[in-house]
Amino acid sequence: MSEPMVVHGLDWTIKELFVYPNEFIYWAIQIVMYPYMTGLVAGAFVLSSLYHVFGQQDLKEMARFSLVFSLALLPVAAMPLLLHLQQPLRAINPLLTPHFTSAIAAFGFVFSAYAMIVLSEIWFVYRKYFVEQANALRGMPGLVNSGKHLLYNLLTLGAHDSGDSAVAKDKKAVKILAATGIPVACFLHGYAGFIFGSVKANALWMSPLMPVIFIMSAVVSGIALCMLTYICILKWSQFRTARNKGAGGQAAAGGVQIETINKAARYLLGFLLAAISLELLDLIFRGYTAMKSWDILRSIMYGKDFINIFVLQYGLGNLVPLILLLLPRATVNRTAIALILVLYGIFMMRWNVVIGGQAFSLSFSGYMHYQLPIIPHNLETFKEGLCGALTVAAMPFILFYGLNKIIPAIKQTGH
Amino acid sequence: MKQSRRRFIKAAAAGTLAAAIPLSRLKFLSPAEVKAATGDASIRWIFLVDTQKCVGCGFCVKACKIENEVPYDAPITRTWVERYVVTADGATHIDSPLGGRDGFIDGRIDGRDIKPGEISKAFFVPKLCNQCDNPPCVQVCPVGATYQTLDGVVLVDRSWCIGCGYCIMACPYGVRFFHPVHKVAEKCNFCYHRISMGLKTACEQACPFGARQLGNLHDPADPVTRRIMTERVAVLKDEYGTKPQVFYIGLDEAVR
Ligand code: SF4
Ligand code: SF4
Repeated sequence: MSEPMVVHGLDWTIKELFVYPNEFIYWAIQIVMYPYMTGLVAGAFVLSSLYHVFGQQDLKEMARFSLVFSLALLPVAAMPLLLHLQQPLRAINPLLTPHFTSAIAAFGFVFSAYAMIVLSEIWFVYRKYFVEQANALRGMPGLVNSGKHLLYNLLTLGAHDSGDSAVAKDKKAVKILAATGIPVACFLHGYAGFIFGSVKANALWMSPLMPVIFIMSAVVSGIALCMLTYICILKWSQFRTARNKGAGGQAAAGGVQIETINKAARYLLGFLLAAISLELLDLIFRGYTAMKSWDILRSIMYGKDFINIFVLQYGLGNLVPLILLLLPRATVNRTAIALILVLYGIFMMRWNVVIGGQAFSLSFSGYMHYQLPIIPHNLETFKEGLCGALTVAAMPFILFYGLNKIIPAIKQTGH
Repeated sequence: MKQSRRRFIKAAAAGTLAAAIPLSRLKFLSPAEVKAATGDASIRWIFLVDTQKCVGCGFCVKACKIENEVPYDAPITRTWVERYVVTADGATHIDSPLGGRDGFIDGRIDGRDIKPGEISKAFFVPKLCNQCDNPPCVQVCPVGATYQTLDGVVLVDRSWCIGCGYCIMACPYGVRFFHPVHKVAEKCNFCYHRISMGLKTACEQACPFGARQLGNLHDPADPVTRRIMTERVAVLKDEYGTKPQVFYIGLDEAVR
């Protein structure tokens, strides 16, 4: 046999006591990244919709930004799946022969529908800007300018009307799209929760609460990431203008508004509390009903994964930021630290679900331990190791950098 | 200007409609519908494992690996044999080194030496795919690459599986794995290529003690069917509602 022989999972699974021979950690770090990324997408979109649909004026600045950011996150949500598939070249098959009894089958459809909504919403938000750019660049000398002119001209899709009534129509369209987007975004993510929650073979995953928990935590992580990136970008531009103008340049280019941040933080807190309550409810229910699987689940939760679950996820990732955000006299820096911890906490939650769900054998008589491949020695350990995960994590920022050149996500001037 | 925008939207809508009409002429068959044409509805393949007869020699595992071209030394296997040792203190010790391929020649389990005097009961349990009547692995496959034939066997289409591993997660018996060479989901299929030609499965043929037997549930005269109908048999993990079709004689409460 000429093809290289790799037993999937062998590289990173350590077995203990009795585990069925074919059991390995088949769903590794990329499947942790997948719900994490879709969660960020959904959350970013929900944050932007809070302004567009519910007219939360205080979120106006964040709304634009998080909409563009959710576009940057979008392709990245599918990336972990591609890296995870054993046959990535067949990734189109679920669209060709969707087998709808499977929770994964509709992913492509939901995902594309969602992508269309985000794209068209952005188009309506930025159409006026495209027209302005196209007009401003018309007849400007230089190859770059004519290229840009062509690009913006194309982006207008031929709709050049920037009169008041047309812009009002744009606004209306944005509102409708944002409103339809919310359920779709929640569906996209609740559905990621369903993929896990419906696996009856897995004692930890099977729970009807799973989709709801996923949605709540998704919104939390999305809001947190948007806020954090927003703070970083504004701090950076503030720093740059201050450096250019010498001291005293803080009035320029909009510093971080603690009021905006505080308002967004309030939404974050609400969703975070909902997510934690649901998770605790799930935990208490399992302990109280103490089904056959409880013995092994308990030994995982209170024993092997205690640090991961109670110290890192609930403690460091939920409780500490909760206190930081609730303490009076919030500062931007303290909020930023809380946001980083929240993001970490949600990541640990995904980790504890995906990896924790495979930490015990289906025989309930043994354990599996996941060793994250750090230094790759073949394609598998690259894709499903630290390097693959970091690639996925870095991608949205790279994409956002490019997107921001074409559709500026943060208004630099105060108009 | 306004006019041109409206015209654009109209044209786009018309274009989409025009593209959709020929598509709607195509009939949408689910992959399962297509594949279900495989097999013979007058047969329902089942399996009987008599654990009282199994001595844990591992011949079945060897035979299966060779017959079905599952890499011999890779730690995955379509069928395996488990050893159960229940000691006087009530503890159960289980192992299945290399799936029991080389038999059980070492008295130690998980590095623990168990003295013969401590043992209150010990036995072997062969495992294979249960070809469930309500197979969750088929339910969760997003592309229909895992499907059930009319004669009850669950098969994997190697040319269509995307390797997502959802079926591996969904099977409560830990039967499935990724084939190390083909990189698609792999599992026991009762040697479908053999039984469709009237041969025995490789494991049944290799078993010197008759612990493994294939049968046809739709044939009342079939000796295996008769045993299942008249003797006390059990299945594995029926609490999952999968309706497994591998029946066991002499199953113990300790069996996982
Ligand atoms: S035993 Fe597992 S692989 Fe076999 S049919 Fe049942 S669920 Fe599917
Ligand atoms: S691994 Fe293959 S057979 Fe299994 S669910 Fe995925 S596509 Fe279907």
